[in-house]
Parts: sequence; C-alpha cells; structure tokens
Amino acid sequence: MILIDDSSAVNTIVPSNLITKLKILGLNTSLFNVFSVLPSEVDMSSPLMYGTPSSRVEGTPRSGVGGTPARQRPDLGSIRKAPQVDLHSEPPSADGAVASEQALGQKLVIWGTDVNVGTCKEKFQRFLQRFIDPTSNEDENAGLDLNEPLYMQKLEEISVVGEPVLNVNCSHVQSFDADLYRQLISYPQEVIPTFDMAVNELFFERFPDSILEHQIQVRPYNALKTRNMRSLNPEDIDQMITISGMVIRTSQLIPEMQEAFFQCQVCAFSTCVEVDRGRIAEPAVCRNCNTTHSLALIHNRSAFSDKQMIKVQESPDDMPAGQTPHTTIVYAHNDLVDKVQPGDRINITGIYRAVPMRENPRQSNVKSVYKTHIDVIHFRKTDEKRLHGLDEDSDQKLFTEERVQILKELASKPDVYDRLSSALAPSIYEHEDIKKGILLQLFGGTRKDFSQTGRGNFRAEVNILLCGDPGTSKSQLLQYVFNLVPRGQYTSGKGSSAVGLTAYVMKDPETKQLVLQTGALVLSDNGICCIDEFDKMSDSTRSVLHEVMEQQTLSIAKAGIICQLNARTSVLAAANPVESQWNPKKTTIENIQLPHTLLSRFDLIFLMLDPQDEAYDRRLAHHLVALYYQSEEQIEEEFLDMAVLKDYIAYARTYINPRLNEEASQALIEAYVDMRKIGSGRGMVSAYPRQLESLIRLAEAHAKVRFSDKVETIDVEEAKRLHREALKQSATDPRTGFVDISIITTGMSATARKRKEEVAQALKKMIQSKGKTPAMKYQQLFDDLRGQSEAAITKDMFEEALRALADEDYLTVTGKTVRLL
Amino acid sequence: MRMWFVCRFCCPAAQSNSNPEWEAKVLEYFKGQLREKESHSWVPSLNDVPLHYLKPNSLVKFRCLVQDMFDPEFYMGVYETVDPSTKANVLRCGKYKDVTECGVDLNSRNTVTAERQTFYCVPIPGESPWAKEISFLSAARVVPSTSYVPSRQKRSYEEDDDDMDTQPQKQREPHTGGMGETPQIQPHGNGDSKRQETEAPSSQTTAPSDCSSHLDLNFPLPGERGPACLVKVYEGLDSFKLNDTLEIYGILSVNPVLTVLGEEKDPSLLLLNPTESMETPEEQRAHDPPASLVPRLHMLYARPLQHNNPLLPSAPTEDQSAFVSSFLVEMASVRAELLAYLTHVLLGDGLAAEYLLLHLISNVYTRRDVLPLGKFTLNLSGCPLNSYTERLYQIVQQLVPCSYRLSMSLHTMNSMRLVPKKDYVANRLVSGALQLARNTSLFLDETQLEQGQLDSSGVRNITALGNLISWQKVDYDFSYHQMEFPCNINVLVTSEGRSLLPSDCQVPLQPQVTPPNMEEYLTTIHMAQFTSQINKFRVYLSLARTLDYSISDEVTKAVEDDFVDMRKDDPQSVTAEDLHRMLVVARLLSLSLGQTTLSRDGWMRAKHIDMLRRSRTEQQKSLNGNEP
Repeated sequence: MILIDDSSAVNTIVPSNLITKLKILGLNTSLFNVFSVLPSEVDMSSPLMYGTPSSRVEGTPRSGVGGTPARQRPDLGSIRKAPQVDLHSEPPSADGAVASEQALGQKLVIWGTDVNVGTCKEKFQRFLQRFIDPTSNEDENAGLDLNEPLYMQKLEEISVVGEPVLNVNCSHVQSFDADLYRQLISYPQEVIPTFDMAVNELFFERFPDSILEHQIQVRPYNALKTRNMRSLNPEDIDQMITISGMVIRTSQLIPEMQEAFFQCQVCAFSTCVEVDRGRIAEPAVCRNCNTTHSLALIHNRSAFSDKQMIKVQESPDDMPAGQTPHTTIVYAHNDLVDKVQPGDRINITGIYRAVPMRENPRQSNVKSVYKTHIDVIHFRKTDEKRLHGLDEDSDQKLFTEERVQILKELASKPDVYDRLSSALAPSIYEHEDIKKGILLQLFGGTRKDFSQTGRGNFRAEVNILLCGDPGTSKSQLLQYVFNLVPRGQYTSGKGSSAVGLTAYVMKDPETKQLVLQTGALVLSDNGICCIDEFDKMSDSTRSVLHEVMEQQTLSIAKAGIICQLNARTSVLAAANPVESQWNPKKTTIENIQLPHTLLSRFDLIFLMLDPQDEAYDRRLAHHLVALYYQSEEQIEEEFLDMAVLKDYIAYARTYINPRLNEEASQALIEAYVDMRKIGSGRGMVSAYPRQLESLIRLAEAHAKVRFSDKVETIDVEEAKRLHREALKQSATDPRTGFVDISIITTGMSATARKRKEEVAQALKKMIQSKGKTPAMKYQQLFDDLRGQSEAAITKDMFEEALRALADEDYLTVTGKTVRLL
Repeated sequence: MRMWFVCRFCCPAAQSNSNPEWEAKVLEYFKGQLREKESHSWVPSLNDVPLHYLKPNSLVKFRCLVQDMFDPEFYMGVYETVDPSTKANVLRCGKYKDVTECGVDLNSRNTVTAERQTFYCVPIPGESPWAKEISFLSAARVVPSTSYVPSRQKRSYEEDDDDMDTQPQKQREPHTGGMGETPQIQPHGNGDSKRQETEAPSSQTTAPSDCSSHLDLNFPLPGERGPACLVKVYEGLDSFKLNDTLEIYGILSVNPVLTVLGEEKDPSLLLLNPTESMETPEEQRAHDPPASLVPRLHMLYARPLQHNNPLLPSAPTEDQSAFVSSFLVEMASVRAELLAYLTHVLLGDGLAAEYLLLHLISNVYTRRDVLPLGKFTLNLSGCPLNSYTERLYQIVQQLVPCSYRLSMSLHTMNSMRLVPKKDYVANRLVSGALQLARNTSLFLDETQLEQGQLDSSGVRNITALGNLISWQKVDYDFSYHQMEFPCNINVLVTSEGRSLLPSDCQVPLQPQVTPPNMEEYLTTIHMAQFTSQINKFRVYLSLARTLDYSISDEVTKAVEDDFVDMRKDDPQSVTAEDLHRMLVVARLLSLSLGQTTLSRDGWMRAKHIDMLRRSRTEQQKSLNGNEP
C-alpha cells in the first residue's frame, strides 16, 4: 500500500507508523507482498524503522541509540489528517524539486513531499557537525566557543545536563543549506522526525554511555517565514511558522489519551489501540478467545500525554490602527505545558493546523469552517530577559537594507539634529530647546556597567521635567512622545497610585496563584514613562520615583514576594505651578512645590512660559493658522515622517553605542570645572557630580543622533549649551538673577539661605535686647521685628526664623506664646 | 426577482469552478445592479424588517456599526460531495454560505481552503427615533412587492415596543396586503423568531433571573434594541476599521444548523475531541449565537456611511452635489430659523443658541499628530435644574441623527461601563457607552451629579470622558495593555457651575425668560414647529458638517495681525489656546452660513461672539467669587 518501486515516476516511503498500525490490525500477512517489493538499498536502520508517535508500540530499542526510549511527539502529529490514499490511482505530483532530487540519483521520498529521508538525515548531521556562527550573540550561546561547531557543543551540554532537547535556530539551517531549510518549513511533520533520528544517532555515537530520559528531540525555532499573526493564511497550513504574540489565557492541563489499553473480560487478554484522529476504535472481538464485545478500557494502563491550550493575542505593535487584535489557539504538549503564563510576550514556533469541524452523524450537513490552531514546537519568551537584565536586543527591530540606507543618509546630513528636533511634535510651536532635550531623551545615553566596581548600573536614561503655565501644550508634548516610542506609558499624577506605577501582587482567580502585575514604570522599561500633572501626585507615590530615577530598579516586598525589577525608564514629567500661574518672583522649587531630592534627579528642567513678545506672537499665530488650513501634503513636505523618526530612533538605540574620546572627556572636565567656578566666587556651589553625569549622558545622546560611535567635542558643546539653557530657565535665583544650582539640589538658593539666617539673628538680637522676659506674645514679637527691620518681613520668614532659633534650643513656641529656655 | 437571483446564482457558479474569475464577476454584477438608481432601496433592510419576514439566502442590507472584529476563519471555498446513492462526485462552492451540503468528502484533493473574517455588527448606537422612522418609511415606499407588507411592518414595529408577547399571535393573523403573496417563512426560522427582538440589558436594571438563557447582544448603549448581525467579510479586510458605520449588502443566512451548536454535547466525545473543548461556553455563546437571534450576513458589498441622516443622499453622487448646491441657497435662512428656535429653547439666550448651533455642526476633520482639529466641546453652564436638561436633550435628539444622553449621576459614573473592554474568556470586546459612531452627539448631564465618593471605576470613567473631550480618543481596555481608538464625538456638557470636565468653550446660560412651567414652555415651542421645518433643520445640520473649508492667504495675514494686536493689549488674557478656539469658531461660523472660505467679516464676527462669551464668563466669575 505504501511503497512502490522504481517503475513508478516517484518513489515514496511512508513513516512506519502506518505500517505498525497495520500490524496492530493484524494485517501483516496481507501486506507482506507490498513489503516484499522493498528496494534492497533501504536498510533497516532508516526510515521504515523510524517512527512518529506509534513507533513506541513495541518499545523497540533503536539501532545505535541504545536503550533510550523514544518519546512521542504529539506536537508533530497527534491529530494527523494524513489521507489514506490509494497510491496506485493517484501518483503524487512531481514538481521541480522532486525532479532535481531524482537527478541526483535519489529515488525515495516520503509520500506527498520531496523529502528523501537518507539525504535529509545526512544533511542535518553535516549541519550539526559543521555549523559555526562566529558572530552569534544570542544569550543561549553564552559560554560556548563560537569558533567550534555550535551544535556539537550543545550536544555535549545535553550529555552533561541530561535535558534531551536540542533547540535549532532555523536561520542557521537556512544559511547552511537553503534547501534543507525549505524542506523543514514546508514538511515539518516529516522532516523533524528525520532530524530527531539524525541527532540521536550522532549523539549516541559520541556519547554512547550517556543516559537520557528519552531520546533527544529537535526543536527548531525562528522560522523566518511568518512573523505576524495577521499574515497567516491558508497557504501556511501544515507548515512550520514562527509568530510573536502575547499569552492571554492558558487552560488547565488536559490529559490526552495517546493509546488505549483494552483487556478482555473473559480471558484477560490485553491489547493496545492507538488514538487515530481523536478517536479510538474499540476492538469488537478479542483476538485470543474470539468473544465479541468483551474488551474493556483500562484507564490506569492507558497512555496519556499532557496538553495545554494557550490563547495568544497579536502584540499591539503588529497591528494596523483601528482594528482589534487577532487571537490564535496554541497547543503545548508534554514538557512545554505550563511554560508560559498569561501576559508573557512570546515567540512561538510551531506547525499551523486546520481541522475541519467534526462531522456529526446526526446532521446531514456541516459547517464549512475549519478550526485552526498551532501545535507548538518551541516557545521563546521575548520579555523574560527583561527581569534578568540581560536583554539588549530582544525587541530588535528588523530593518531592511533600504531603510537602513535612508536612515544613514539622513544621519550624514549636517543638520540632522535640527531636522529631527523640528520633526518632533510639529503641531507644537517653537520651544526648540525643549524639543531638543526631548529628542536627546529619546535617544538616551550609553548604558555602562560598573557592577564589578560596586557601583552597579550607571543610569543612561535622561529624565526631563517640564513646568510651566497651564495651557502651554505640555500635555500635548507628552502625548506625542507617548505615541512615538514603542514602550511608552502615559499616566497622570492625579489618577495614579504608587501601586499603579510600580507593581502589585494579584491572586489569579482561576489558579489561586499569586501573580506579580507590573505597573507603568516597569512596563516602560527601556522606554519612556510620561507622567502628566506630576505635582498632583501624592507623596507616597512620588517617593517610589526616587529609586527608579537614579538606581533604575524597583524593589517590591509584598505578599511574600520580594524582588527587584528593572525599571530603566526615562521619565518625562510635566508639572503645573502651585499658584496656577508661574510666579517669576519665586524659584522653581517654590513654584512647583516638589521635593528637591526628586528635582535633582532630573537632568533637564525646562520652563514652558509665554515669552510675550511681538515677533514671537506673530510666528505663533502664523503657525497656528497654518495648522488649520494647510493640507496634509504640505505638512508632509515640511516635516519628517513620524515613521522615519521612529525607525531612526530605534536604529540608533539598538546599534549605536558611542564612547567618549579623549578630547570630549577633556571638554567635559573643563565644562564641569567651569560650572563649579561660576558659583565659587560668591560662595555658592553651582554644580554637583550629578550635573557632570547629566552632561555625559546628553553628550552621548547627541552622538547617537549623529550615528557616531565617538562622543566628540561638538556633542559636549551641545550638551553644555542645552544644560545651560535649562539651568538658566529653572535654576535662576529670582532675587539675584544668577544661576544657582543649589535651588534644585537643596531646594533653596544660597542667598535665600543667607537671608534666613540674617532674620534669625536679628530676631535673636531683638529678644536679647528685651532683657530677661521668660515669655512673649507671638504677635507682639512679630510686630516688633517688623518695626525694627528695614526690609519687609513676611509671616513665613518670621516663622522660619523662630524655627531656626528653636532648633538652636534658644526658645520654644507653644501656641501663641514664645518661651525662652 | 431581486431576492431570487442570489441563491440561484451561487450554486451554478460553484459548479463551473473552472472559471476562477467568477468571484470577481459576482461582485461586479452586484455593484453594478446596486449602482442603478433607487435599486439599493429595493433591497429590504434588516434594520426595518423583522428577521422572520425575510427570506433566508436572500439579499438584504444592514445599516450598522462594526462593534467587534473576530479572528479570521478558514472555510472550504470549494469542496466535493459524494452522493451516497450514485457515488458521483460533485464540486460545490462554500463561499457566501455557512453550511455545506451533505456528504462532504473531507479528503478530496479538490478542496480549496479560503479565508474570511467575521465582524460583529450592531445597529448604529443611539440612532434617533426619527432617523429610524424616516428610513423605514422611505424603504416602505419603494418596496411595494415584498412578501412582507409595509403597512403591517409599521404596526409590528410599534407592537414590539409595547409587548413582545403579542408577536406569535400576530403571525397567525391572515396577511392582507393586496399583493396576494403570503409571507414565505421557512418552517425552521419560525420557531425561534419570536425571540428576535432581544433587548440589550440595561445597566441599571439587574438582569432577569433566567439570565442563563438570556443572550447579551453587546450593544454599546443600554436599552438599545434591534438585530445584531455576524457579518462574514470576504474582500478588502484591511479597509474596515472598528466603529466604522457601514451599509452592508449581503446574503442573509439563518440556517438552523447553526443554532444547535453547543446543545448536544456528548461528554465522552469531548474528552477525545480537542477541537470542541477548546472553546469555553462563553466563547461559544459569543461567537456562535443562535442564528435566529443573530443572523449571519455574507457580505457582497459594503458602503461606508458618512452620516446616517436619511434625509440626505448618502452616497457622494451627482444628485448629492445637486442637492447640496440647491440647499446652499437657503442655508442662511434656515440658519436664522434654527437660531430663533434654539434661542427659544435656551430660554431666550441668543448667544448660547449661537454656540449650540456651532457645536452641533462641529466635526473632527483632521488630526495633526496627536491633536484633533475641529472638535468643539461646549459646556453650557448655569442650566436650570428640574428636568430642563432632559428636555433640552430631547430637542437635540430631534435634530441630530445620532445621540446619547449620559446622566452623570454618582451611581451611573460608578457602575456604568463607558470604555469597551476585552473579555478574554468569551474572546470578544465587551462594548461600553463610549463606543459610538462618528458624529454622535454625546450629551453629558452634569446637573445630575451630586456630592459623594467616586470609586475607582468612577475615576476611570471620568478620566475616559476627559480623554475623549481633550484628545477625541478612547483607550479600550485590553487588560494587558490599552489600545487607543480615535473617535469623533460631539460632546455637550450641561452643568450648574463650570464643568469638572475639560471643554473647548464654556457658555454660562443667561435666561431671558423664566417660564412658570418649564415643561409646558418647551413642549409648546416644540409643537409649534412643523415637521417640514424640523426636517430642514436636520438636513442643515448634517450638511453644514460635510462642507469643505479653506482660508485664503490674505485672511491668514489679517488673522495673524489681529492676534499680535490682541496680545499687545493684554498678553495675559489672550493665549495660543484662545487663538485655537477662535479659529475653530470662525470655521464653524463660516460653515454655518454656507461659506466655504473664511472672510474678514467672518473672522470679525467670530472674534465678536467670543468676546461676548468671555465677558460673560468673567462676569460669572466675579459673581461667584474667584473660581479655582
């Protein structure tokens, strides 16, 4: 029934499962004739003896693989719909590939495919033995010698570790042998068992003594054919595909019967029946005693395999706007069960299946719809490394050659920095420096690791705070940035709690399992977290940010879960002044009433104020009116496409890691020394090491904008300029007009501090001059001080002075009276 | 003749499978037929005709909103059947059908698998009763020879409103219509049809006790009724978006086989057959509801609707442009009448009426990166209490084709679901009140809000409303992430003081008259208008919105100069935001007069009324003390 000899156009072999199946059915004798035409060159170690699931029937030891039992692979064909076709009436179609195989002199292929088992096996063994990938940077290959055959090292690993699974990257196969890759993609059901066989032979040849739980299974991944759930179509059925998505639901474990064990009630004769397409044919007659309907199913002795249904949803990045995400059903088998949890982002490699709806015997016609699912062969979590901090290029975007060319061309333009910054939020007028700052934030600095020296990670992310009058399009900027970056989060200080920002522990209603749900800050790891109405945030919420904004981690100790999550996120915050209108007579701190400990963690603090001059007004008016009447095309011409900008940033973030060169470091040192000098003349400190770090980050980001691997002097210059601009806006002491960094670092300008001391001293002097009076009236004292002092003294100042004196243990204030001590 | 050719057409085409172009030809044919004058109005509409009066496998149309998009499905595009008696193999076509003929040969090599997608469509949410009525009467006028008689249809429509239980009895009545044709209802379709009008469960009322059998049809708004439909889409999948309003022409399928699913489950088979067990009962209920409740519609052709005003020609054809140009002439006069009417309604406040008129024709016409342009959210503050707002809404509802009043009481805000949410168990998008069609008027009644505690869902709802107003987008909740869907909804907020929600423009109402009996007063005003007059208003509002608009360079210059001057005088009070608003007001003002370019006069007028409005708000502020 299965094999035909050379006389036919194409020769075919069917995996032995069909044959063994026939054996079970007791049809051996009738089929003997067919076997007898077996061409002699097929030896018993190859295809016929090898089998997919049912080969375990007799548990025969395989030649060359010792006594290790084979393990069935329900992922490859538990629900086979292999049609039982009479070969004599329907010769398989001979396509080009088959013909070429024939020309090589190989004549036997698996029915319905162009796969010759012998050749395929040989090719794969050659691949395993020879494939070297010196440029590999996959974390799985960490610790392996890149100049040795990669997969042989992995086999060695298997012999040591004893986990009989070999993951094979399909792109390796493709670069090694394109034809083998094509076969793997097109006929995974046939090719993967062949691979299994090849690898086991090779393995047990090398490590004859190793003991494995079962035979090694090959798990290919990273099939390049399909990347997106949306592009799956009927042509992909029964082919190997790789798609990415997010797990939204997992079912409980489903025991799936693989083999039913029947026992005769009369003579205790037992027999096993394989599940065929989800059904078990109950033997009607006992073969031993010929009693009819005497066989009973024994559940305990039947063989089951684990199975789990997983629902996967398209990841939001893959979707066209305005449509809902698609979902796909995935079946995981055996040890892949419970490997993923809802919420995980994964890449799945598997075989796409379509099963016709069950025919109901009671219905004459059926629904004409197929059910589709994927039998998973390999899972790869895309975000697992996020928790471990290894991840550098997990979400590496694939750029086409042309795209890279366009980006590089853009990068080579001298005015790329200005171009990009003007392309940022074109609907928002001017604020060039703020846009430039945000642009640098989008690129970020270079990540450095000082963990060996005990310093830990060095922050590479740039944090920016925008403050200013309401209605100066701060929110709009935030919205724009949020829409631009792939991993952006947008929250409002008013509506978010500490829990919403960080992470919380939740009990899964179904499994009763504790699950860690991550909040906005963790979700925007490697992205930007936009926080609107920063000033409206409660203190407890804000305190969370302290850790995130400098250490870039988030510690959680809740409900027995203690962990530290990475939150390498840039914070872009917007705050409104307390008095709803910016008071130019006050310092930044006084205007927005934020703790200075938090403020000093922002690299750049910008004020968005109304400049109020005529030329500006005119340009603004022109810009706004244009917004309302220009057509789309005109706008497009003027500005860069948002998509280009997105790609540009993604490319730079992934591939460009600039380092400081000698001159640049010198320039940075000078800049820092200069900054320190400014203040020292007046006894003020105008820069701290934090500012130096900020400068370095900004310079690196600017180098990234230029696609340069070196941070050069021009980068430092721009960083200095921008930093100075921002300082000029936010750290200028309104009383003196000087830039004073201590406003941000200590919350008070040096002059203000001096002034406070003066008032306290004056008050002390006044009290002393009054002689020995143990208690005074509060109001009386205030009035006296006011009368005495030539400068106006506010109640706040007076109270502050009192407090200062109380700290000196000079007096105490109780209610309305002041007592001397 | 219209209905027959469909079922005949499909089968022979399938048999002549040798010609692969037949599919394109089918579409061509139908598009051609429907392009012909009036022909589309011959097709019975699912919106108007009860399902049990429609013939299965006939051509119908459906005016609807795409509420959810299900996963694509693979079906047998071509399959082979074996006749059990003769053993003859016949090729058949599976396109535009749910169910195969008997005796499918699953192993046939001739089977062609094809792909299609299912959309869950609901009638346009918040469609005003007048719009429904007119479209249905006009349909009745041109469908003289349906098996189903229009006059009866009208009656059944009303009776359905009163009592659902009267239906079976009504079916037994002899059908008299003079056409001599009795309704040809397939025997199987009959039994279930009485359940057809299932009301969407209102959020306020608790679900009836027999909720296990009660099917949630997932209408965005509570209290909606009408058929929901599973539309099978074959072509141009990417051109459809969620929340699109469409008029779909397709083949109706109500095969009872679709209904039995899930009822006769053999538990022993379940264990072995994994394909059946992977769907939860919830999912099955959502995706395969009984066909008698949720009919299937196999789409041949869909027309995106710019508006659902039945008084206007819907397609951009020549007769539409003719219609527009003829109406443009009377635009100014209709505007004056409408303004007078609204002034009466707003208790004699002409300025508020002017702003209300502008608000009613506003429309998000484009977006600049994240900024929606053209939106004009109006906050009408100082509204009298005691059901005035309710009355006002009824009047607005009479004028616009789509509207919804959200009474912002504490209870509603805390309990109502505004934002659609993905239900992963049933694998569907559970709708919320903010899933609305474009240009729907959303009437937020803040006068209903009292002091009290908002819980977390209340805060979320308020945030969602704020986002809707500021950015014209709704973030749908996909539990693991949110997804942003842009929308185009006209929001009108009525409140006592300034609204807690953001708005583009606040107008404090200054009543000139204080009628002793508000109800009576408004009713009299309403009654005084003739239907023809009201219809003119309706056309006016829909039409003004669709006009094109531009600003000449000369006027641009003038506007710029003006802005600079204004800033010179008082830089504090005139900001970029004010310019934004005035540009929108100027645009709407010009359009409301039927002018498609901004004139100098138009700009001055816009400035003028904005000044009036501002002086009024300032006045209000000084009256109330300094508002925060």
